[in-house]
Amino acid sequence: MYSYLLPEFIIERREDRCIRCRVCERQCANKVHLYDAELDRFFSSEKDCVGCQRCVALCPTDALYVRPRLADYRPNSSWTRDKLQNLKKQAATGGVILTGSGNDKPYRIYWDHLVLNASQVTNPSIDPLREPMELQTFLGRKPDTLKIDYNSDGKPRVASELYPNVPVRIPLLLSAMSLGAISYPAFKALAIAAKKAGVLFNTGEGGLPEQMREEYANNAVVQCASGRFGVDADYLNSARIIEIKIGQGAKPGIGGHLPGEKVSDFIAETRMIPRGTDALSPAPQHDIYSIEDLSMLIYALKEATNYTKPVAVKIAAVHNVAAIASGIVRAGADIVTIDGIRGGTGAAPLATRDNVGIPLELALAAVDKRLRDEGIRHKCSIMAAGGIRSSADAIKAIALGADAVYIATAALVAMGCTLCHKCYTGRCNWGICTQDPYLTKRLNPELAGQRLLNLLRAWSHEIQEMLGGLGVNAIESLRANREHLRGVGLEEWELNVLGVKGAGE
Amino acid sequence: MNGLNVKFGYRDVFLGDLMSADMLYDARVITNGCRATIDARGLKHKELNDLLRETVLRGSTELVIDNVFGQRYIGTRLCLPQLDKKITIEINKFPGSDLGAFLNGHRIIVHGNAQDAVGNTMDAGKIVVHGRAGDVTAMSMRGGQIFIRDNAGYRTAIHMKEYRDKAPVLVVGGTAQDFLGEYMAGGMVLLLGLNLKDGEPHRAHYIGTGMHGGVIYLRGCLMENQLGKEVGVRPLDERDWEIVGHYVREYCNHFGGEANEILSGSFQKLIPVSLRPYGQIYAY
Repeated sequence: MYSYLLPEFIIERREDRCIRCRVCERQCANKVHLYDAELDRFFSSEKDCVGCQRCVALCPTDALYVRPRLADYRPNSSWTRDKLQNLKKQAATGGVILTGSGNDKPYRIYWDHLVLNASQVTNPSIDPLREPMELQTFLGRKPDTLKIDYNSDGKPRVASELYPNVPVRIPLLLSAMSLGAISYPAFKALAIAAKKAGVLFNTGEGGLPEQMREEYANNAVVQCASGRFGVDADYLNSARIIEIKIGQGAKPGIGGHLPGEKVSDFIAETRMIPRGTDALSPAPQHDIYSIEDLSMLIYALKEATNYTKPVAVKIAAVHNVAAIASGIVRAGADIVTIDGIRGGTGAAPLATRDNVGIPLELALAAVDKRLRDEGIRHKCSIMAAGGIRSSADAIKAIALGADAVYIATAALVAMGCTLCHKCYTGRCNWGICTQDPYLTKRLNPELAGQRLLNLLRAWSHEIQEMLGGLGVNAIESLRANREHLRGVGLEEWELNVLGVKGAGE
Repeated sequence: MNGLNVKFGYRDVFLGDLMSADMLYDARVITNGCRATIDARGLKHKELNDLLRETVLRGSTELVIDNVFGQRYIGTRLCLPQLDKKITIEINKFPGSDLGAFLNGHRIIVHGNAQDAVGNTMDAGKIVVHGRAGDVTAMSMRGGQIFIRDNAGYRTAIHMKEYRDKAPVLVVGGTAQDFLGEYMAGGMVLLLGLNLKDGEPHRAHYIGTGMHGGVIYLRGCLMENQLGKEVGVRPLDERDWEIVGHYVREYCNHFGGEANEILSGSFQKLIPVSLRPYGQIYAY
């Protein structure tokens, strides 16, 4: 059926600059640019353009401009362009509108309303170039008290029972993106960067390929989600942390769905499913209907790994998230991961992505406060995920109560992603979110890994600078230290939930 | 904090005051060659599993566990790469939930009923239950075989899958409750309905909802409204009879009964109508 959709982008080609090298034509998986040799002219099919900017970035003579067409419909604040386009799309197909990447709606981003403190006259700031600045943190459950005994020869030794903890050199981890959702080079780049930076990457629920286990397992967080894809005893034992995925910020309360055409031999092998069938991750885990059931799975995973690995539980930020997190800690989880409404995704219904869940900042502060009030904050680490865009967001998240943050969209952008929001089509021109061998070859895992590593290095320098400015020399001293934050332009209830004073107080 | 000034106590349900495996080994295990008899009376699940691991590490390959009463995860912690021989575990009385979760090749025989999630995400091996099994039996099972003498509970064989040469098999002598084979993506379920009266339909509704792989063989009858809409009913062909015959005979070897008599009942085969049940609901 004819869709009546207007093109989303306008493509301008400066003929005086174009040298007919046809790079744009070859680079576009959506076949937007077509060269007619007889006329020696390019034709552009604007309606197929997703605005990924690949052709623009690679045009050697800067002859191309791809710009959003924003004003084609009569301007209307209520019936905006995307609302109209979506209605037309649904009228033509009767389908649920899919989207990729994170929420792009202008909901309040609390990071941008929080400012950090800085040392002035009365307490000195610290120069991270001269002074040691500790960014290492330990993920996992901590003992209630630390009892020290002395041996007969007077040497001290820790008498308390310690739980498995995982050190990360900087509190920035690469968040869950499964092989299948992203390409193998992109997945491998994450692993390479995590290993070099001394942090962890999360496999998502797509399994961990056997050829990567020996080299990268030491830096892997493996997921056990509702589909149980790729989960066996060896997979569990080859990770540092096991994460049970209950929910995801982009699509709280619903499951995942990797369409059968993307399940190639390699994906099928890693996910441990038949080739070509849909990889359906149902919304609930069918063995978890209560906190007690969750506890059963947590301990099943601990049993399967001989109690050597922390078990994390990942939930989306939703109403009552604090009470839910409390239950999760009481069920035996060592780490709670909270994923906010701006978390990314490979594919999600647009309606869910944009309208379900709450901002990470509020959820994180609420969870941290609740666990403290209940006296069980030390029994878990808190990981914050979903829409961390900069080192400043990360350090503010830590000041609001996180032990470490997960980044994913930022990592993809570092690899080349331009947030065209079309991940679900599997035609990613940047070779990130596709399984097409022609497209995946565009991403060199070593180079992409180096870009990620550079990003992590840059952020950790920035975090050190800001820590020094605060007069703090260890990231663990900043955790949940809300005195270092002030709110600007926030309502009183927002300040209350965040547990932060207004600026000037 | 909650306005009622209620204190939230923290109770570590499973891990407080545990006895060490060495101590337990001396007190609870009697060995006879490679056979070890273990008394599980009153042990917490971690204690029992510590003890099982210790016993296996000390060289026993046939374990008999007596007085089991609700201890969970039996068999789960015996994934030992250094182990060259698979273990046989005989359980007397009633194991707890998640029996053989993530099991990777061992053999478990239960002389009693089993609880929920038998063979959760099992990879290889065999579980034989001389009794009934609870809910989510064979959840996400990916390889190996499970034989249940009597009924199975709700959500049996959910998301069962297969890959490479691994194809899981679940044989249930009785019937199962609702959501049998939901989201099933591979493997084989055989439901024999032996404890149903003539003409009495199976219990499960919503059979095979979202099913996109594998096969369910049913002996006995079924109303049409019991089936999920992603499932098609077919008669058995020669190859199917071969498979069914093989597993019915194995069932009879474990639990007794007359294979030919069982095979003379009416069977039907349930298979998914599409590999991509939800491919059409999205607008791209």
